Amino acid sequence: MAVVLEEFKTSVKPTWCPGCGDFGVMNALGRAVASLGIPGHEVVVVSGIGCSGKISQHFGAYGIHTLHGRVLPTATAVKVANRSLTVIAAGGDGDGYGIGVGHLVHAARRNVDITYVVMDNHIYGLTTGQTSPTSDPGMATKTHPRGAFEEPVHPLALAIVSGATFVAQGFSGDVNGLARILAEAIRHPGFALVNVFSPCVTFNKVNTYAWYRESLTSVDGDPDYDPSDRMAALSRIEATRGLVTGILYRSRRPTFESQLPGLGEKPLAVLPAGLSGEDLEDLLAEFE
Amino acid sequence: MDFTWKIGGAQGEGIDSAGETFALTLSRMGYHVFAHRHYQSLIKGGHTNYKVRVADQPVRHHGDRLDLLVALDGPSITHNLAELRPGGAVLCEPAHAALASARPDVTCWPISFGSVASDLGSAILKNAVALGASAAVLGLSPSSFTGVFRGQFADKGEGVITSNLEAFQRGHAYASEQGWRLVPGLPALPELPRRHLFMSGNDALALGALAAGCRFLAAYPITPATDIMYRLIRYFERFGGAVVQAEDELAAINMAIGAAFAGVRAMTSTSGPGFSLMMEALGLAGIAEIPVVIVDVQRGGPSTGLPTKTEQGDLNEMLYGSHGDIPRIVIAPATVEDCFAYAAEAFNLAERYQTPVIVASDMYLGQSRATVDPLSFQVAAVDRGWLVSNEELAAVGTREYPRYQVTATGISPRTIPGQPGGRYVALGNEHDDRGYEIEDPPTRIAQVQKRARKLDGFRSDVVKNRYVGPQDPDVLLVGWGSTYGPIREAREALQAFGVRAGHLHLGLLSPFPAGEVCPRIAMARRVVVVEQAITGQLAGLLKRHCEAHDRITSCLRYDGVPLLLEDIVRAVREVA
Repeated sequence: MAVVLEEFKTSVKPTWCPGCGDFGVMNALGRAVASLGIPGHEVVVVSGIGCSGKISQHFGAYGIHTLHGRVLPTATAVKVANRSLTVIAAGGDGDGYGIGVGHLVHAARRNVDITYVVMDNHIYGLTTGQTSPTSDPGMATKTHPRGAFEEPVHPLALAIVSGATFVAQGFSGDVNGLARILAEAIRHPGFALVNVFSPCVTFNKVNTYAWYRESLTSVDGDPDYDPSDRMAALSRIEATRGLVTGILYRSRRPTFESQLPGLGEKPLAVLPAGLSGEDLEDLLAEFE
Repeated sequence: MDFTWKIGGAQGEGIDSAGETFALTLSRMGYHVFAHRHYQSLIKGGHTNYKVRVADQPVRHHGDRLDLLVALDGPSITHNLAELRPGGAVLCEPAHAALASARPDVTCWPISFGSVASDLGSAILKNAVALGASAAVLGLSPSSFTGVFRGQFADKGEGVITSNLEAFQRGHAYASEQGWRLVPGLPALPELPRRHLFMSGNDALALGALAAGCRFLAAYPITPATDIMYRLIRYFERFGGAVVQAEDELAAINMAIGAAFAGVRAMTSTSGPGFSLMMEALGLAGIAEIPVVIVDVQRGGPSTGLPTKTEQGDLNEMLYGSHGDIPRIVIAPATVEDCFAYAAEAFNLAERYQTPVIVASDMYLGQSRATVDPLSFQVAAVDRGWLVSNEELAAVGTREYPRYQVTATGISPRTIPGQPGGRYVALGNEHDDRGYEIEDPPTRIAQVQKRARKLDGFRSDVVKNRYVGPQDPDVLLVGWGSTYGPIREAREALQAFGVRAGHLHLGLLSPFPAGEVCPRIAMARRVVVVEQAITGQLAGLLKRHCEAHDRITSCLRYDGVPLLLEDIVRAVREVA
């Protein structure tokens, strides 16, 4: 039976504001998963806290809505527990680059085979409009009335230097382009970060759809761009001040799960529980 | 026969390995052994000692008194001399003999461990020299030790084994020539009636988890819990399973939650400070009904407190920690055997009640080693609770499964990612039966009550509250966890003094077994709650549930030292 987009719709109406960029992300994710023919019950969406975190409820797959910032440890373990699942971690810039930024570094260096989609709107939405770790300097918010003055987190560069093997950026105003990137990210065996510019139409009046359309360039279709060149990727990110879409970096190295000594072909989740009496006796002999 | 031996020195001098060799040898000879390691939060230097109590009857703690002290340095005498019983003895370097003169009622035998070892070409051998002298003083033949030495140094090659055996022989010969003898000689025991195992609470806990089908551990290194991780790394390599050394404790528990959600029996092991970091996630596991097991091997708190010393100060946090109300199960093993059985049972309880289970251990229980009878495999029978089969799901035929269905028992049907037709969202926000976020009062009430009621029918065939003594004791001693051994022996000692004492030991702390505990308290004339925390956290729990405020007093110890028999006897004599 073919997997159809309809499968990833749920009966509950999303509570995102009309026009929220997160609708585009969810639609693109549905298209990506459907295009790969993965049925919904084999997908787990692990989400964090905030508007972005609601995606696990609105996407018709198994879901776990975790704590603020703890998406990646949870998603890592779901994958280790059952390697046959497609694990999508999803969160926002506050969730992933604020409270959870440490876990990003570790998930990237582990190279767990999960796809991490960050809905980056440069602001805290669900807490009604405070500065986020990716807010541009000068952006005035309720917590920075005179404008943000900290250096923003640079998620793409951070992921690359931390060892991520797939780093891309999309725009939720371009659902087709984003769906293609997400499909590639899901197919990629290893840790894939897809940062998505997902405008907050209620609280962020600077980084709007129109602003992104004007500001973004893409590496897609650029014959001179080589995504396996790490330095080139970092240079392009630097040169564009991060305002670039497409697959910026892609490389291969063994995944975390493939190197865990106790993981065989069968997922841990379906290993027979318990231990035989003989095995226990054998283990006890060590203590004689 | 009940005999205590202690070896002390600077950390890094091989005190632990000497202690283990001694304890394991006597365990193999058929004696009951309890070994406790005292150490500090540093790697080299400082004072460390290893105490071994040896008896022909089971022993459950390391004992108040000391018969023979082996001191490799001066501080070992200074720190431990007071513990020696009158008539006890010290084996020490001649240079330190004067330190022992502070106790004229104690014999001092000077022997130069260091120069004997140096003669053999390596100062590190002095622990083996000391072991040899100890063995002679106790009338033990060198041959009893040979097998243990061989096993201990098997990885280091024949040269190391030979030199250790030689050093042992030299020490033994010297002490024998001097005619030093503390006891006439440990009696030869008849053929072992049963197999003796020598293991720590942490060893047994890891084994219990494995036997229960635990196949995932995420943890962050922390004293005194890390041994559990080491052991599971080895076991999982052989039997399947994953240990993830997490970047911190927040990651560790969230990983355990993720793995448990995905259908694996999963746990995290930690100690006080790490446990505090897990509080937010504990609530997530509670509301999302995820069966995760958390082991807290307590140490002295608060904060980083006493990292290498024992305490029972985390009880309140285990019982009440995390915001909001969640159903939680807190169980407390009291012995090494319990550590095995309770660890295994923790996974059954977690899945049967679909809620977090906290296993409350501590440094004294987790790191002391004792001889135990063969662990029973029966206790590890696996009960995975209400898991819905694929056939049942196909019959239901819904796209959004009512995972959080409101039921009379409070326990709902559970599906595992990958099962067709079982899709739901495990949600930390309040939710409806499919896991969708809600804020309407009736659904909130239905869900919060559903969760609260799931422990109403709590039962466990493994977790036990133990009671020994008369039905209406003059003094009821109440304790939990590792104080079991000292309390049990104290009760016997008190009986000998003519005090009609009872001992109630709680294995189940949450849900609180009021129906079992309160009548016992009501029957006692005085209640002495024995625990290792300054605020008397267990006494507080009892007062909260049972009406006995005027009859409850506390026997407390909170200096990091395991409770002694005399602490309890003294406290009882004050009230009895």
